[in-house]
Amino acid sequence: MNLITPDVGLLFWMVVIFGIVFAILAKWGFPAITGMVDKRNRRISDSLRLADEAQERMSHLAEEQARMIDQTRKEQARILREASQARDEIISRARTDAETQTAEMVQKAREQIATEREAALRDLRRQVAMLSVEVAEKVLRQQLEDSDAQHALVDRLSEEASRSALN
Amino acid sequence: MKGVFRKIALLFCLMLGTGTALRATTPGLPAEEVYVEGSKSTDELDIGGIIFEHVLDSYEWHILDWKGEPVAIYLPVIICDEGWHVFSSRKILETGSYGRWHIAPEGAPHEGKIVRADGTRPFDISITKNVLSLMMSSILLLVLVLLTARWYRRHDALEEHPTGLAALMEPLVMMVHNMARENIGEEDYRRYSPFLITAFLFILLNNFLGIIPFFPGGANLTGNIACTLVLALFTFFTVNLTGTKHYYKDMFSPDVPGILKPIMAVIEVFSALVKPISLTIRLFANMLAGHIQLLCMVCIIFILGKYGPAMTCGATVISVLFGIFLDVLEMLISFIQAYIFTMLSSIYIGMARVKAE
Repeated sequence: MNLITPDVGLLFWMVVIFGIVFAILAKWGFPAITGMVDKRNRRISDSLRLADEAQERMSHLAEEQARMIDQTRKEQARILREASQARDEIISRARTDAETQTAEMVQKAREQIATEREAALRDLRRQVAMLSVEVAEKVLRQQLEDSDAQHALVDRLSEEASRSALN
Repeated sequence: MKGVFRKIALLFCLMLGTGTALRATTPGLPAEEVYVEGSKSTDELDIGGIIFEHVLDSYEWHILDWKGEPVAIYLPVIICDEGWHVFSSRKILETGSYGRWHIAPEGAPHEGKIVRADGTRPFDISITKNVLSLMMSSILLLVLVLLTARWYRRHDALEEHPTGLAALMEPLVMMVHNMARENIGEEDYRRYSPFLITAFLFILLNNFLGIIPFFPGGANLTGNIACTLVLALFTFFTVNLTGTKHYYKDMFSPDVPGILKPIMAVIEVFSALVKPISLTIRLFANMLAGHIQLLCMVCIIFILGKYGPAMTCGATVISVLFGIFLDVLEMLISFIQAYIFTMLSSIYIGMARVKAE
């Protein structure tokens, strides 16, 4: 049967031509195509992986951000609280300082006033004494213008002196 | 609805027209020839003869009959019989003999082939219809693949997607490439994928060319056992010359108890030899059967034609409808057979690449 007996001529040509076609395509045809497409597939899978990673990182970032905002808010509250505390403290300290200083100043002023008053009193006393001495001198001078009066005084004085000496 | 009916009616009219036209000038199935043969033998159509003439190889490529004259390409005959002889097949076909050789008559062992006077075959590597078809399809395949490869060399596939021819070829090439990866394994599938892709595209292209009824196609190359045998032998040698140590060990000394060893070895060797035969016959028989079915459909017109015009019209409608159906089916089978051949080849290669467990 012609149908199922392979013909030598066609076998020969088939081996030769298929061999040549295979050799040419295996050398210059398919490696270029498959290499490029494989490269592209790798690139695509790499890109997908990177995108996934980026996505994950993004979600992490969002979490991080939320956490940071939360933290910042807490920090802010803390700082504000501390600031208000510090303010209160400073004010109160300033107040107490001012009070003590004022008291000190008042005290000092008082003391000064007291010393000045004392000095003034001393001065006044001295002057009063001097005045009274002068007055007394004038009075004495007036009273002792006549010699009787001078004698009477001497007598009295000496009597007094002797009395005090006796005592 | 009305539009649809009108279209169907138009289609039927066209079919009837085609039927009558087919009677006159069927390309590849000349009406003239049919009647000549018919008148020769008791007024009966030699349907078997017509069909086998179309599915078998021949020394000339008969294109059509024009005004009773056959339009054919007479291909060169190349014979090595005590020296090389090259001559046009016209010389031997017109008279039936040329020099020491003649065409073997019907019923002889080498029917239709060039034989010596004593009926033996010389070494005959003529450019027959199938060989010419093989050359043309191989050139076409080379051009298609090399142009695609050129696209990939000239363009950066990382930046732009393939267009035109590259977009058509890439899925086919990558389908086989990925099949090779699945069946052979990540390590050395790259060594085998060029062979598998070549075989796949070669079979696919020739299957499709075989369906085309007029000149550049129409040769029944993949429906010829020599063609499929060579393809299967390529697979066979690829499998058995590049197998691993374990593959040969499993074949000649399988892991079975003593007495079973030789029996299993025989079975294994036998199965290795049967694989290429099954590959050969599967592809050959499928494509041949498809061609014969299609030709039978066309022949219905001529068988029923002699019962009058009404019968011719009816037969034409049926045969065209079935013909369209079978053509579409044949396209599907063309792809499936190319795919199956390649897939089985890759599986056989994968089985020969077994590693120690």
